Amino acid sequence: MTITVDQAASVAVSPATRPFTRTRHILALARRSLIKTMRTPEQLIDVTLQPIIFVLVYVYLLGGAVAGNTHDYLQFLLPAIMVQTVLFGGMATGVNLNTDIKKGVFDRFRSLPIARSAPLIGSVLGDLIRYVVAMVSLFIAGYILGFRIGTNLPATVAACLLTMGFTFCVSWIIVLFGVLMREPGGVQGTAFLVLFPLTFGTTMITPASTLPGWLQTWVNVNPVNHMMEAARGLMVGGPVAEHLPWVGFWSIGLLAVFAPLAVRAYRRRT
Amino acid sequence: MTTFAFEAEGLVKRFKKTTALDGIDLAARQGTVLGVLGPNGAGKTTAVRILATLLRPDAGRAVVGGFDVLRDAAKVRRTIGLTGQYASVDEDLTGMENLVLIGQLLDLRGTEARARASELLAEFGLSEAGGRTAKTYSGGMRRRLDLAASLVGRPDVIYLDEPTTGLDPAKREDVWGIIRRLVGDGVTILLTTQYLEEADALADDISVIDRGKVIANGTPAELKRVVGGQTVFVRTADPERVTEAAAILADIAGRPAESPGRGMATVPVVGDTAFTEIVRRIDAAGIRVTELSLHLPKLDEVFFTLTGRHTEDEAA
Ligand SMILES: Nc1ncnc2c1ncn2[C@@H]1O[C@H](COP(=O)(O)OP(=O)(O)OP(=O)(O)O)[C@@H](O)[C@H]1O
Ligand SMILES: [Mg+2]
Repeated sequence: MTITVDQAASVAVSPATRPFTRTRHILALARRSLIKTMRTPEQLIDVTLQPIIFVLVYVYLLGGAVAGNTHDYLQFLLPAIMVQTVLFGGMATGVNLNTDIKKGVFDRFRSLPIARSAPLIGSVLGDLIRYVVAMVSLFIAGYILGFRIGTNLPATVAACLLTMGFTFCVSWIIVLFGVLMREPGGVQGTAFLVLFPLTFGTTMITPASTLPGWLQTWVNVNPVNHMMEAARGLMVGGPVAEHLPWVGFWSIGLLAVFAPLAVRAYRRRT
Repeated sequence: MTTFAFEAEGLVKRFKKTTALDGIDLAARQGTVLGVLGPNGAGKTTAVRILATLLRPDAGRAVVGGFDVLRDAAKVRRTIGLTGQYASVDEDLTGMENLVLIGQLLDLRGTEARARASELLAEFGLSEAGGRTAKTYSGGMRRRLDLAASLVGRPDVIYLDEPTTGLDPAKREDVWGIIRRLVGDGVTILLTTQYLEEADALADDISVIDRGKVIANGTPAELKRVVGGQTVFVRTADPERVTEAAAILADIAGRPAESPGRGMATVPVVGDTAFTEIVRRIDAAGIRVTELSLHLPKLDEVFFTLTGRHTEDEAA
């Protein structure tokens, strides 16, 4: 085999000054994450099966006790499980990031003249598609079990979009762990420790009235709980407006704190 | 005044207790190859990472293409191409996708990025493998893809961190060929290696580093003079006659020959004519040999000469 490298060869390499440079970089990197997800079906199976199993377990174990019958309980449970599913999906973003950084793939990105935040934002965005897959499979399973939208389609779509936006903001906490920690396993463990009180300290599986006082206090401030209640309201009916400011406030707050921290940590990581 | 394509002065980098770089100076003139030679843990990768803006030095200064690595990092990144020690290709992407992605990040238009990627795949003998994920590539193919990736933007300065470690001799020759072509096109290269032979074959200047310090510096010829040049090795067909051969070696080298084993003799030589002289004298004496060769000193021998220590001591 002969290898020739002609630096003066045919293809012009003239970095044009084009608009939206950073946006294009982020989209190119998001596409990379997407391709990777599609090529690792294990990850997709994970986000597809896990919520369905949760639904089955809760509906048939708790349905009768909590709501008197499984149908009413499914209506109560499914919107909240959707939020949980997407949040857990965000955990994988941190783990994947950590693997990329360890393997040196990100070294190449860091040696390119692109914004330091671009690879991180690209990864988080690219993973959103996984959430869509998870939501769709959850809805199909829910529908078969008897779940019915109690409001209308636009409101349900709004609930899905709100959940994705919320997760985009929350996942920066996990991105920060992904950048800071040495091992992917550590990221998984820590992310779980954070997500556990957030997702289970809620009215996801039982109404607030059945909870002890101290837990109710936590539930009332927990951003994930407000997100779940808002999703419930939008999908099956109930109060929405009182939860939205909380969701917005927490989303913006978490994004404003953790995204810069993650980018900073990434810039400093050796 | 000489213009350096890159220049580092007094670089210091500490990781907790380890001092990876202890005030290192490196520089390469435009269009030349600087070989950075050092054993494991010498600080080669750390120096490359600082010059590539991936690490901030604790002290010292580095300028690449006229831009400071700290103050003008973005401009430095436009100037350089990096092939790290550990392949940094994305295993889940195909060869083509890897290169196109980098083209897009370098602001090429979609069609341009694809054209450049196919061109590089062809140049590196990867056209056929271009549609497969890099996971399926052999070590040599990954290395080549990695090299191709660092060339997408036609950088003026290229860092190659141990580009041939782990490659078989034929693949190593391929990589050497690529490096020579790049230099022919005016690119400046920083090449780290653990092989004096490689630095000798490719570099215009060599800096030998050890424990984060430059311990020797010069052209390959100068360096070889310092470390005692090359070694002649002979193995006679008739082991009994090795003493005669050894006497000839000693006579020409002006120092006693050593015997690394039965029927073998070896001696360090200096000068351009010593080897041919030895060949002629052995032939004239009618001594038949099964092997007669000229070797560059191994890194370990270079080290021993320069520091009085063997490289294995590093591990301790
Ligand atoms: N991120 C890091 N954290 C802590 N120590 C580090 C880090 N990177 C390098 N070191 C230490 O700094 C020293 C120099 O390492 P470096 O990787 O630069 O050596 P090298 O010459 O590239 O070695 P090799 O030939 O093994 O690649 C070593 O002692 C190494 O353990
Ligand atoms: Mg190294």
